[in-house]
Amino acid sequence: MELTIILFLFGGLFLGWSLGANDAANVFGTAVGTRMVNFRTAAIICSVFVILGAVVSGSGTTETIGKLGAINALPGAFACCVAAGFAVYLMTKFGLPVSTTQAIVGAIIGWNLFTGSQTDTGTLTTILATWIICPILAGVIAIGLFLTVKKIISKSRIHILRLDAYTRLALLLAGAFGAYSLGANNIANVMGVFVNVSPFTDINIANLFVLTSIQQLFLLGGIAIAVGVFTYSKKVMFTVGNDLLKLSPVSAFVVVLSHSIVLFLFASQGISSFLISLNLPALPLVPVSSSQAIVGGVIGIGLLKGGKEVKWSVAGKISIGWVVLPLLTMVIAMFILYILKYMFNLSVVF
Amino acid sequence: MFNLKSSKLSLFGSTKNLEKDIDEFVNILSEVGLSFKSIVKRYLSHSTDENFEAMLEKVTEMESRADTITKQIEHALYEETLIPDARSDVLRLLEHLDELIGMYQGNCYHFSIQKPDFPKEFHSDLMSLTETVVECVESLCLTVRSFFRDIRSVRDNAHKVTYHEKESDIKFSSLARRIFSSNLELDQKMHLRYFVEKIDRISDQAEDIADELIIYSIKRSV
Repeated sequence: MELTIILFLFGGLFLGWSLGANDAANVFGTAVGTRMVNFRTAAIICSVFVILGAVVSGSGTTETIGKLGAINALPGAFACCVAAGFAVYLMTKFGLPVSTTQAIVGAIIGWNLFTGSQTDTGTLTTILATWIICPILAGVIAIGLFLTVKKIISKSRIHILRLDAYTRLALLLAGAFGAYSLGANNIANVMGVFVNVSPFTDINIANLFVLTSIQQLFLLGGIAIAVGVFTYSKKVMFTVGNDLLKLSPVSAFVVVLSHSIVLFLFASQGISSFLISLNLPALPLVPVSSSQAIVGGVIGIGLLKGGKEVKWSVAGKISIGWVVLPLLTMVIAMFILYILKYMFNLSVVF
Repeated sequence: MFNLKSSKLSLFGSTKNLEKDIDEFVNILSEVGLSFKSIVKRYLSHSTDENFEAMLEKVTEMESRADTITKQIEHALYEETLIPDARSDVLRLLEHLDELIGMYQGNCYHFSIQKPDFPKEFHSDLMSLTETVVECVESLCLTVRSFFRDIRSVRDNAHKVTYHEKESDIKFSSLARRIFSSNLELDQKMHLRYFVEKIDRISDQAEDIADELIIYSIKRSV
C-alpha cells in the first residue's frame, strides 16, 4: 500500500516540478530577464521561500480546491496531477507562461465529469472570477506602485549606481516575498488533491512544534517545486523578463512586488479574517495564477507608458494559452482516468 | 544566506567606490579644462617656458589618472554586472569624455611642439574662444553629473552646452576670418587656423556628448 501511495504521489511531485519550471519562473523572471539578479541566486531564494510559504501558510487555498471537487481516491488524484503537470509542461515547451491553477482546476473538472461528481458551480465561479480579477488587480497595483516609486526616485536624486544596488536588493526581497506567496497560494494545486488521502502522520519535533501530515505533504510538494526551479525554469525566466515588454530594473521590481502582493492577498487567511471583522467583503482564498499576476503587472506598466511598447501579439498568445490550458488539462485528465479505470482496473473514485 | 549578505554589503561598498571614481573622473575633466585655459594664456604671454611645461606635465598626469579610472570603472561595471540596462551607455559616455580630455591634452602638446606664432592682435580673440570652449565643457560636466544623480536636469544643462558651442562657433568663424584677412603669409595663416579649429572642435565634441546624454536620459527614465 505504501509503495502505491508513493507511486501516486509522484503525480503531484511531477506537477510540483512543472509549477517550479513555469509559475515560479514568473516570480524572478523580470529580475533575471533584466540581468539584475543571476539565475543561481534567483533559484536558491525562490526555492527556499516557496518551501517556507508552502509549509507555513499553505493551507488557506487548499480548502477552495477541495470544495471544487473532493477527489477521494489516490488514482484519481494521480490522474489529475499528471494531466495538469503534462499540460503545463507542454505549455512550458512552447515558452508560454501559464498557470498550474488553471491546469489543476481543469483536471478536477475533468475528474468530476468522468466520475459523475457534482462540480460546485459557486466555487468554480469564484475561481473563474479571480482569473479576471487577478491580472486587473495586479495591473492596478503595479501602476500605483510605479507612480509612487518614480516620484520617490525623482525626488531623492539618488545616484544611478546606488539606485541599481537598491533595486537589486529590492528585487531579491520582493522575489522572496513572491516565492513565499507562491508557495502559500499554489501549493494547493500541487498537493491539494492529496490532502484527503495524505499517507503521513503528524511528527512532533523535539516538543517544539508539530509538523502535521498536511505540512509534510506540502514540504514534499515544495521540494518538487524547488527542483523544477533549478532544472527547467531558466528559459521561462528569460521569456517572461524580456518578451512581453522591455522592462527597466525598477519596473521589474514593481511588477514582482505587485505580483507578490496579489498572490499574498489571495492566500492570506489573516487578511481575509481582518476584512471580515471590518464587515468588508473578503477576498476569496483561491489559488490564483502567478502568470496572470505577472502579465497583469507588466501590461499595467506598459499601459501607463502609452501601451505602444507592449507586444500585444505575445500578450494575445499568452491569453489564448490561459483559455486552452484548462480545457486541454480536462481532456488529458479524462483520458488518463479512462486508462487507469478500464486498462488497469483501478478505482478512481470511492 | 551569509554569503548573500556579505556579497550585498560588498555590493554597496563597491557602489560607493564607483560613485567616487565617476565623480573624480568628471572633476579631472573640469580641471583639465581649467588647466588648458591657463596653458593657452601662459603660452601667449611666455611661449613654452618652464611654467608652461610644468602645466603640461600636470595635464598629462591628470589624463593618465583619467585613463586608470576609466579602466577601473569598466572592470567594475562588467565584473559585478552593475547597471545592466545603462552599462553600455555609461561606458560609451566615459570613453567619449576621455577623448575630450585627450583633445585638451593633444592641443597642449601641439602648442609645445609646433609653437604657433600668434600675433598679439589675435591674443584676446584666442583667449575668448578658449574660455568659451572651457565653459562649454564645464556645462557638459554639470550635464554628466545630472545624468548620474538628477535625470530631470540633463536637458537643461545640455541646453547650456549647446549655447556655449554656438558661441564658440561664432568666435571661431570670426577669428578665422580675421586670420585669413590679415597680412600674414599663407603658411602661417594655415598654421594658426589649424590651432583655432582644433580648440573649437573640443566644444563640438562636448555638444555631441550632451546630445548623447539626452538620449541616454530618455532611455534611463524608469
